[in-house]
Amino acid sequence: MTTHDPVRFVAKNLRVDLRLIAEMIAPGTRVLDIGCGDGTLIDELFTTKGCDARGIEIDMAEVTHAVAHGLPVMHGDADIDLAHYPDNAFDYVVLSRTLQAVERPREVLAQMLRIGAHAVVSFPNFGHWLVRWQLLRRGRMPMTATWDRMWYETPNIHPCTIQDFFDLCTADGYVVERWLAADEAGRRSPWRRFPRLANLFGEQALFVLRRGAQGIVGT
Amino acid sequence: MDQTAPLADTSHQHVVFPDGMALDCGAHLPSLTVAYRTYGTLNAARSNAVLVCHALTGDQYVAEPHPVTGKDGWWDAVVGPGRPVDIDRFFVICANVLGGCMGSTGPRSARPGDGGPGTGGLWGTAFPPVTIRDMVRAQKRLTEHFGIERLFAVIGGSMGGMQVLQWAADYPDAVFAALPIATAAYHSAQNIAFHEVGRQAIFADPNWQGGRYWQGGDVPARGLAVARMCAHITYLSEQALARKFGRRLQGAPKTAGEAISLFGDMFEVESYLHHQGSTFVRRFDANSYVTITRAMDYFDLAADHGGDLTQAFHGTTTRFLLASFSSDWLFPTAESRAIARALNRAGANVSFVEIGSDKGHDAFLLDEPDFHRTIAGFISGCAVHAGL
Repeated sequence: MTTHDPVRFVAKNLRVDLRLIAEMIAPGTRVLDIGCGDGTLIDELFTTKGCDARGIEIDMAEVTHAVAHGLPVMHGDADIDLAHYPDNAFDYVVLSRTLQAVERPREVLAQMLRIGAHAVVSFPNFGHWLVRWQLLRRGRMPMTATWDRMWYETPNIHPCTIQDFFDLCTADGYVVERWLAADEAGRRSPWRRFPRLANLFGEQALFVLRRGAQGIVGT
Repeated sequence: MDQTAPLADTSHQHVVFPDGMALDCGAHLPSLTVAYRTYGTLNAARSNAVLVCHALTGDQYVAEPHPVTGKDGWWDAVVGPGRPVDIDRFFVICANVLGGCMGSTGPRSARPGDGGPGTGGLWGTAFPPVTIRDMVRAQKRLTEHFGIERLFAVIGGSMGGMQVLQWAADYPDAVFAALPIATAAYHSAQNIAFHEVGRQAIFADPNWQGGRYWQGGDVPARGLAVARMCAHITYLSEQALARKFGRRLQGAPKTAGEAISLFGDMFEVESYLHHQGSTFVRRFDANSYVTITRAMDYFDLAADHGGDLTQAFHGTTTRFLLASFSSDWLFPTAESRAIARALNRAGANVSFVEIGSDKGHDAFLLDEPDFHRTIAGFISGCAVHAGL
């Protein structure tokens, strides 16, 4: 290391949900982070785990910021650009709190498990009790710390619950290797064995998937 | 040196390869001269070299005053001490392209042996057509001359970016990082069309003399200037022209009722283009302009790989940074994105960013802080991975 190293993000500033994701990823692996923002996670994975980590980001200002910090990030759209990667190009493909905002979540997930051996997906849980309660009590779209934008301006066009996500994995033949629910601060919920309770009390969920026996879907 | 009036006769630092070089067209250049400049110091491991590839009308004087015009180096903002390509850290090489007119072998060089009756001993239009790949081959010879097996980085914009792509495709093990800027993997029909307008303007100049204009003592300055004016419009954007000149007239504004005239008044933008044209002919050779524009027109990297750009980069370990500019309509972002996607398909490590700018294609040469931060960060990041 020389005095010319680029400025590095400090690991202690890592967002809690990104730290949970980083824990799921084995050292020295190839990782693609979709919607990588300023590249915090890929920097962490390179610096602490020696991963070949790359990113895609749709916000050009974030892309510029990341590349200016020496991180391999390209401008791209999860709905469009994943199709341009070859099969099995990565060990892990990460989609952090973005699945609910893409146009075609099912296709994006299929692409992730085509180009990567594992998909690491986190999303805010629309099945949380407070969301259910607000909708039941007020009869209007819920507004919580997690779901904090009005329905007409939210980028989250495809909200789902933890149980919805389990169902999709079953329908498309993905194996859930690991999963956990957490509160907004990233503290793990204790309902590891009980998806129905996790679906009620977890504010966000994190899944590690791999392809089922039928191999790559759609090829 | 083999330079001839009426362009200023300047000697340029150069190396001669007396065995010459085979060209894509099948001809063999009997002798190859590569004129170049270097900045900074090559380290003991010869691992800190950065090759800068210049654009159509650029040359090797990238980071120092130009010997003919006296103007600052054309990429002073990017190459220099403490700049994104830091010459305190890297050994920077920039060579005049094959076919150029700043000392490398080109149409204005002496033709070895007897050039035949009436040629005056220069190549002129008899100079064989060259390609971007030929230019890169000549640069490869130069890097081998320096004993450099692997370049830390190859960087260039526009035609320079084409050379970067060709380097990465032809010598993947010799390029650690590649930065093709504001470029494309092929020259589009529209771009070829603009080039052809320029060439026809040169051919239409009475001083062209079938390309042997040195015999009459005059250069086809009028035609070359028009070619430059036409090309210069393509380097700018509508917004940049409106901002710089608008519809302003030279001299005093007209009063109401004063007659307009066909030739009396001149818009500021006209005057600007005239100036661009007239200064250009003092430093550039018409035959070189024809040769190099043709080389760009021929460029189609995918066609050289069965029509699939991905094949050009198959298995590459080079790290790429593609950068484009939002108002560049000559080499639009879509072209850079197409390259980025081909690199994705090849499994390459690629960064890709579009810089917001209203300055058109020329933005890559101008003061664009986001662009400079991007290159600086990418190069620093690559240096970490290269162990520099």
